[in-house]
Amino acid sequence: MNDAMAQNFIEIKNVGKDYGSGDRSVAAIRRMDVRIDDGEFVAVMGPSGSGKSTLLSVLGGLNKPSRGDVLVDSLDIYGLTPEQRADFRSEYVGFIFQSYQLVPYLTVLENVKLPMAITGLKNRVQDEMALAVLERVGLGEKVSRLPDQLSGGEQERVAIARAIVNRPPILLADEPTGNLDSDTADEIMNLLTALNREGLTIIMVTHNAEVAALASRTIRVKDGVCIG
Amino acid sequence: MKLYNISMNNLRRRTGKMIFLVSGLFIGIATIVTLLAITESMSRDVEERLNQFGANIVMAPRSENLSLSYGGVTVGGVQYEVQELEERRLPEIRTIANSQNIGVIAPKALGSAVVKGKTVLLMGVDFEQEFALKTWWQWQGEQPRNPQDLLLGSEAAKVLGAAVGDNISIGGRDFHVSAVLTPTGASEDGIIVGDLKAVQALLNKEGKISLVEIAAFCRGCPINEMVLQIAEKFPEAKVSALKQVLMSKMQSIDMIRTFSYGIAALVIFVGSLMVFVTMMGSVAERTREIGIFRAIGFRQGHIMQIILLEAAIVGLGGGILGFVGGNAAAAAAIPAVIDQGAFAGINYSVGGLALLLGVSLSLLASLYPAYKASRLDPSEALRTL
Repeated sequence: MNDAMAQNFIEIKNVGKDYGSGDRSVAAIRRMDVRIDDGEFVAVMGPSGSGKSTLLSVLGGLNKPSRGDVLVDSLDIYGLTPEQRADFRSEYVGFIFQSYQLVPYLTVLENVKLPMAITGLKNRVQDEMALAVLERVGLGEKVSRLPDQLSGGEQERVAIARAIVNRPPILLADEPTGNLDSDTADEIMNLLTALNREGLTIIMVTHNAEVAALASRTIRVKDGVCIG
Repeated sequence: MKLYNISMNNLRRRTGKMIFLVSGLFIGIATIVTLLAITESMSRDVEERLNQFGANIVMAPRSENLSLSYGGVTVGGVQYEVQELEERRLPEIRTIANSQNIGVIAPKALGSAVVKGKTVLLMGVDFEQEFALKTWWQWQGEQPRNPQDLLLGSEAAKVLGAAVGDNISIGGRDFHVSAVLTPTGASEDGIIVGDLKAVQALLNKEGKISLVEIAAFCRGCPINEMVLQIAEKFPEAKVSALKQVLMSKMQSIDMIRTFSYGIAALVIFVGSLMVFVTMMGSVAERTREIGIFRAIGFRQGHIMQIILLEAAIVGLGGGILGFVGGNAAAAAAIPAVIDQGAFAGINYSVGGLALLLGVSLSLLASLYPAYKASRLDPSEALRTL
């Protein structure tokens, strides 16, 4: 990471995203300009269909915007080829998806090791790293289980462990507490807050104002534009 | 964790689908292996029968005179001044390049003689060689072995009024009728067969041979080349191949083989289609999963590797099981398909072919689904994002 870019680590400039074409075109994002510093914990709030999830996918290099630029660590990520963008995601971004999105036929340990399958790291190193993050999220005892043998909160923890195992600088979380009871949601948020304190930049989409309050900044989105 | 772990775990933990995929290829490859093994066994069976079926090369002296005939082959005219083959040179037949393919060499001395006032064709043979060649001969009486023994054709016995145990005088010498052939429908019916040396002496043809029948073991041996090789050694002889029977039998086998290939191709096509459809379904089913892989940084090539590796494992499994199952099915089916037939044995080159076929067909059928999977838009795949 470039220290000079600690400020404006992530920069979204005049970004717009339309789905469909011609008369049937719908703007998911009309125009957004967002700057996020390194180490920030940003909550993105807004009603359903406001464009917050689209914003997250654009930020993560998953969804090419119709207009504008996205710079991460001064890298124009949509100026890259699709394969280079895959490398960018591997190196820079950890995703926590809504509904956990674990691979059903892989064990907890294997799910967490998944991002390392393409890194060339030795299996022993992968095991050490994966077990360390699983201990961190409190799942050290359940490494051999399959996802359907875990509770919702446990699956969320596996998803977090998988997102951070490669030590990416950015964590993108889509409704990480959406499917959890309040106690489990608190535990997850404690974990995310702790990770942020260690320097991880977190951008989290949420409907929940209490959860958003734990972030250092909230971006409100409505009808595809940032309203504050 | 490596990419192959993902493929292996997917196959291991989705056993139902893997069994379905493997069984598609298994059926196709087992069918091919079974058909190949059966046609191979049929081919061997026919060849073995043909080898027991008598001569397939005939050597006779060149002659432009009128002649008597035997076995549909024109031989030197026995009633005229003709050239004969030298008996002492016959061992040279076994010095040709393809000598290992030569089985029986049965020399004959032919000539006419007057027996009980009737002119008959007399054939002197080496009894041991002749009986080895004419395995279909059946007779009443004792198999002739001694120089004074005779074997009479059924027609000859009838015309001469001779029966087993009778003594017959030919050219002033006494012979013993030790056996009478049951009717063969061929030239043998009208002749008298005696010991080679004895007949040569009767005909004043000591050391002379009128005709040589040669049985070649024809599994893959080039009959035409052997004919040329023998003809080179014996320029004075006319060497010809009696391969019509062989050819027509082999043509039948070839037709069965072609038909088998057709059936096998059809089954393989259906099997591949099954793999293709299942893989396409699998890609559709795994859209989200592929979206996750792409989101966490897997390249398009990584996705293709995962799917093609699964296909290769499935293909290998289908190939191995198909080879084993096909041979087992062939071994079980051959006794029913071929009368007194035996399984020709495991052909390991077919095994290599089965594995190659299994893997390449599975890969081929999965190429498009893998390509399609690798091109999935990650944001579309993960609609929740």
